[in-house]
Amino acid sequence: MNFQRIWALVEKNLKTVTREPGMLFMIVLFPVILTLVFGVSFGAIGGNEPTSYQVGVVNMDTSSPYREWSSYFIGNLTLTKILNVQIYSTNETAQNDLVQGKIQAVIIVPENFGWSCRSFWEVPNDPARWTNTTLQLYLDSGLPIATAAIPPIVQQALVKTIYVVQPTMSYGPVAVSNPSLIKASRFTMFDYMAPGMFAFFALFLIMTVSQSFTFEREKGLLRRIYTTPTSSSELMTGEAVSNMVLGMIQVAIVIAMSFVGGYRPPVDVASFILAFIVLAVFSLGCVGFGLIAATIAKSSGAATGIAFIFIIPQMMLGTYVSGGLSGLAQLAGKFVPSYYVTDALTSLFLRGAPISSSTIMLDLAVVSVSSVAVLLVGIMLFKKYGKA
Amino acid sequence: MKGMAIVIQNLSKKFEDVTAVNCLNLEIEKGELFGLLGPNGAGKTTTIKILCGLLEPTSGSTSVGGYNTQKETERVKTLIGVCPQDTAVYQHLSGRENIKLFGDLHAVPKEKLKARVEELLRKLSLLDDANRRAGKYSGGMMRRVNLAMALINDPEIAFLDEPTVGMDPQSRRAVWDFIRELKNQGKTVILTTHYMEEAQELCDRVGVIDHGILIALGSPDQLKDKFKAKNLEEVFISLTGRGIREGL
Repeated sequence: MNFQRIWALVEKNLKTVTREPGMLFMIVLFPVILTLVFGVSFGAIGGNEPTSYQVGVVNMDTSSPYREWSSYFIGNLTLTKILNVQIYSTNETAQNDLVQGKIQAVIIVPENFGWSCRSFWEVPNDPARWTNTTLQLYLDSGLPIATAAIPPIVQQALVKTIYVVQPTMSYGPVAVSNPSLIKASRFTMFDYMAPGMFAFFALFLIMTVSQSFTFEREKGLLRRIYTTPTSSSELMTGEAVSNMVLGMIQVAIVIAMSFVGGYRPPVDVASFILAFIVLAVFSLGCVGFGLIAATIAKSSGAATGIAFIFIIPQMMLGTYVSGGLSGLAQLAGKFVPSYYVTDALTSLFLRGAPISSSTIMLDLAVVSVSSVAVLLVGIMLFKKYGKA
Repeated sequence: MKGMAIVIQNLSKKFEDVTAVNCLNLEIEKGELFGLLGPNGAGKTTTIKILCGLLEPTSGSTSVGGYNTQKETERVKTLIGVCPQDTAVYQHLSGRENIKLFGDLHAVPKEKLKARVEELLRKLSLLDDANRRAGKYSGGMMRRVNLAMALINDPEIAFLDEPTVGMDPQSRRAVWDFIRELKNQGKTVILTTHYMEEAQELCDRVGVIDHGILIALGSPDQLKDKFKAKNLEEVFISLTGRGIREGL
């Protein structure tokens, strides 16, 4: 490996990107514009006001001696300032409004809700004597962000109702389907989308890599490089390094634009560094996919189309787009690397997980192994079939 | 005897059912300026690609600077400079950056590289436009940058594949002077060209290749005498006919 050659290739690639309007758009302007549009549309830009959801509540616990617990719970739902609570007298009416899209969720407070809460306070340390019950939650499946955001907020209001301030134990007499504990009152829709957006932009490296390789092949530039003592591994290292740098620039742009717009994930510098590492590793895989696309494509125009064969599934199944997908599609998402990038960044930025969290480490391991494997396959295929 | 810069023995190259090079034998001495002539699709560029290690021959062997081009490709690439037939220049880099890039790819030491870039820019009359993007250059300027990129490593053996195509007479003359200078420095130059006047003016020897077969070899004067022709173009026409050819 000769570093003079590798640096020359990196420098060449970076200069090409900064001087070629199409590349510049994809790497810089596209993330800037999309982040701004998303920020304005989904809440991070234009103030840090939380997005609100229309939620229907059907309170079945209106006649029990302990019905004040359900009132307290409904009051806590309202206090989140994210949920606009609308009281319904019957489940049917609420379900009708949900189907018609007038509200985004329906919460059914069961008849024995008050009894259940009361039973907890009578014998907080004896779960066997609690009256267990379940809050029914119905969500509009067409709204992925609401689907992701509402259950934790309901859980938060429930915890506040039962434990008053801080939970004293990890379980209680009342259950809802999603047990995630997040500080929902601080999050906007953009907060939910941001982790997936970082992976989303990195995916477009597949297109830029495939285009640049096919363009250089078409113009005889690759062949010309191969008349010099530059080895394939030096060429590929130069490509991988420059695209990692570009990936980092993209992430920095998206983070900077998000910050300008008010995005403030409750994390420290170490979390950001880890996020950069995850995305840097992921960008290696994108180079690999780009090389595979360049191997198949006969022209730079075709490379764009073929690159989308690799981009679309990863975008749909593994980034912020994936929230409202079917169970089968969500299962399929586990087979695309971008899913693990989004999951790691969501754990960091949204769930507030520490950088040493086993979930993040597992995600990073999957991203690393898959990226290196795809890169090696890409290099092998391109060397064998793509150089000519 | 200076020794051989290039040795080609029984070289054949087939692309599916097309034979591009057919049992070619040729030796080129060190320091020789050799012209490889032939109509479109005759096999000239294929031969050069094999000599540069870009293509594997179907059969036969080739050596460049004493190294086998198939087995010792990396050694061969340190000795050669290749100016491709189609201009291969990064349009978003300046002329100076394009030339420097290829110097870096040849791992020319930094100080030497800087001086060499300036020398080539000056000799090829590119200094005034060296910092402009190559995409803004005229065809002739682009060709000169193409040539400078090939010679940045001061190669012992230069393959110049139609280096003056599309140049105006002034640029062509400047390039001819530059090629002569290479020869005076003892470099081996393999020049392919469709300009018979160019071959006659510059080359010590020429080889005419057609349908992948070497059909004539000698100095321009020898060939003119042999075919009783006024110039090399008449020799070429009498050897290859008047029919129009298309490249592969």
